[in-house]
Amino acid sequence: MHIVVCIKQVPDSAQIRVHPVTNTIMRQGVPAIVNPYDLYSLEEALRLKDRFGGRVTVLCMGPPMAEAALRKCLAYGADEAVLVTDRAFAGSDTLATSYALASAIRQIQKDMAVDLVFAGKQTIDGDTAQVGPGIAKRLDMGLLTYVSKIETLDLQAREITVHRRAEGGVQVLKTKTPCLITMLEGVNEMRFATMPNMFRAARYPLKLLDKDAAGIEDVAKIGLKGSPTIVSKVFAPQPKAKRADMIETESGEPRDIAITLLTKLFTQHPKLEKEIDKQAA
Amino acid sequence: MSASNEQPAKKGRRKFELDPALAAYKGVWVFIEHERGQVHSVSWELLGEGRKLADKLGVELAGVVMGAPGPEARRFCEEAYQYGADLCYLVEDPVLANYRNEPYTKGLTDLVNKFQPEILLLGATTLGRDLAGSVATTLKTGLTADCTELAIDPENRSLAATRPTFGGSLLCTIVTLNYRPQMATVRPRVMAMPERDGGRSGRIVEAALGMIETDIITKVLEYIPDNLSDKPQLPFADIIVAGGRGMKNPDNFALLWDLAKVLGAEVGATRPVVQAGWVEAERQVGQSGKTVRPKLYIAAGISGAIQHRVGMEGSDVIIAINNDPNAPIFDFATYGIVGNAMTILPALTEAFRQHVATARKAG
Ligand SMILES: Cc1cc2nc3c(=O)[nH]c(=O)nc-3n(C[C@H](O)[C@H](O)[C@H](O)COP(=O)(O)OP(=O)(O)OC[C@H]3O[C@@H](n4cnc5c(N)ncnc54)[C@H](O)[C@@H]3O)c2cc1C
Ligand SMILES: Nc1ncnc2c1ncn2[C@@H]1O[C@H](COP(=O)(O)O)[C@@H](O)[C@H]1O
Repeated sequence: MHIVVCIKQVPDSAQIRVHPVTNTIMRQGVPAIVNPYDLYSLEEALRLKDRFGGRVTVLCMGPPMAEAALRKCLAYGADEAVLVTDRAFAGSDTLATSYALASAIRQIQKDMAVDLVFAGKQTIDGDTAQVGPGIAKRLDMGLLTYVSKIETLDLQAREITVHRRAEGGVQVLKTKTPCLITMLEGVNEMRFATMPNMFRAARYPLKLLDKDAAGIEDVAKIGLKGSPTIVSKVFAPQPKAKRADMIETESGEPRDIAITLLTKLFTQHPKLEKEIDKQAA
Repeated sequence: MSASNEQPAKKGRRKFELDPALAAYKGVWVFIEHERGQVHSVSWELLGEGRKLADKLGVELAGVVMGAPGPEARRFCEEAYQYGADLCYLVEDPVLANYRNEPYTKGLTDLVNKFQPEILLLGATTLGRDLAGSVATTLKTGLTADCTELAIDPENRSLAATRPTFGGSLLCTIVTLNYRPQMATVRPRVMAMPERDGGRSGRIVEAALGMIETDIITKVLEYIPDNLSDKPQLPFADIIVAGGRGMKNPDNFALLWDLAKVLGAEVGATRPVVQAGWVEAERQVGQSGKTVRPKLYIAAGISGAIQHRVGMEGSDVIIAINNDPNAPIFDFATYGIVGNAMTILPALTEAFRQHVATARKAG
């Protein structure tokens, strides 16, 4: 069995700060991590490998520094790692990214047929949840998004049954492999990296694919040129024009503050008073 | 939110001329999402927003309804007119009974190719995101996810879609110039619900799917509906009492439940509170939680970080309690109280209790 897991290196957004004066992003020193959502997909792929044997290949498109993210995945237990990296990919939006990744997966397939492709539910920087579906369409694969559980996988019959989170419930879906799966967050927990895997990850000769090696046929479909969406501006959210009406009392007693607030609230928002009386009744 | 502190974008604004072949694309479409006999409210919210865009452009607003044949789909069309649509494209086929990616992608893609809308909007739900990404890739067009504001650029009539970026600290405006349709998704409750006008009607344009069950590889074996009664429904709550890290510990959090009980309210929380396990994840309000639009939002011990703010600033009235007079939440709350939440909350609970009791006696 061969599984490809698409992972992205992202800045740890919990540590991103915006410069208070210039409103620019302060990237210095912000650590880069494997997109957290991708780890649920990687763990699921590793579990399938534990059960069925075979190979897990992690695939990433990004700058050379993204190597670190791939090595992290090797340490968790992935077998092979492929980094698609080329200046020509710079500025890719989701349409161009799915084109490049799909093309790379076709190359990977030449080495060993692929049974399943995993992607994360979404990234924490792009946050679009579009690249997974995009890759599936380009490879003409079935698409299973927001999967909470892989119930059965029959490699002989090429059939897979999963639980998929829908808005008001769970769909139990059966489809053919190869297909593309995105896992829901929280459905499993990433295993610890083992010592042997960590050593292997450090020494592993990463497979680097430039645009030609990635099989890109049409350079007009990658990078900025291949991206229909254009960022026309970036700006800081505007503070509201009016600050809060501060409730103060001479006594400063909680009871007085509460009564002053309620009086103001109900005078200025009579509808709200009715609403509260209605709800509470 | 509107623009301020504009920064020069990487790709400057060049003079733009629309490819003549794309000028034929006219009209604003909203995909009408439904499940188990009910339209998702995000579709109505999008019709409200779509109406404004269509009026700016001087074009028609259409709903796209796909589903199994029967009275239900037609009822959804009627409802769509009442929320602002001029017409509905209707694709009825037994294979559309349950959402599946393949037939829905084909149905929507074919409709777009045939009737050529300039803008196509979908809800950023599990269904909408699954479908939007597939349709945009098939059509080879641009898609902007999770928009918080949609506008028409007066210069070139293109859709200017604004969304949070860099973990929510900044906003960016994205345009899709020489591709059609321009696609965008919006999360539930981000846009206001439009007024329903029972007097409005419209027309139906029918289209065939051209697919049979044996063409479709994915089968729905079962659907297990959620037990709604045991899940908090924050997005639709009229009153929310929310707490943050300033509540200090789960025991103090009980003060919020007390107040919520008196008000018939739901309890919400910030991300750190959810991560600490004080309340369940469904109660998280904000960028990576729920977007809410209650009539009243009471925030206790919440600093008002941008990622929390984007999920609740659509509230009609916000009351903030925080012991730090410089807490950012006071920048956008309606009423502010500087003080200790642990003493203010019980006083508020008592004041509301007395008010309600008096009202009940009088009523
Ligand atoms: C990508 C990303 C997504 C995120 N998504 C979300 C999200 O969806 N929702 C969300 O909420 N956050 C989210 N966050 C986190 C967000 O940035 C903030 O860290 C978080 O909202 C802060 O929560 P808080 O206000 O409870 O805590 P703090 O920021 O620690 O604020 C606590 C406040 O309590 C006040 N306080 C302390 N003691 C008292 C007292 N006795 N009485 C009254 N007030 C007191 C303090 O003055 C302070 O203002 C996200 C962050 C990132 C990077
Ligand atoms: N540059 C990339 N390299 C590898 N995988 C990616 C890349 N960008 C996106 N993905 C995959 O697509 C998923 C969804 O990304 P997004 O559409 O950006 O939210 C991610 O969780 C990854 O699995």
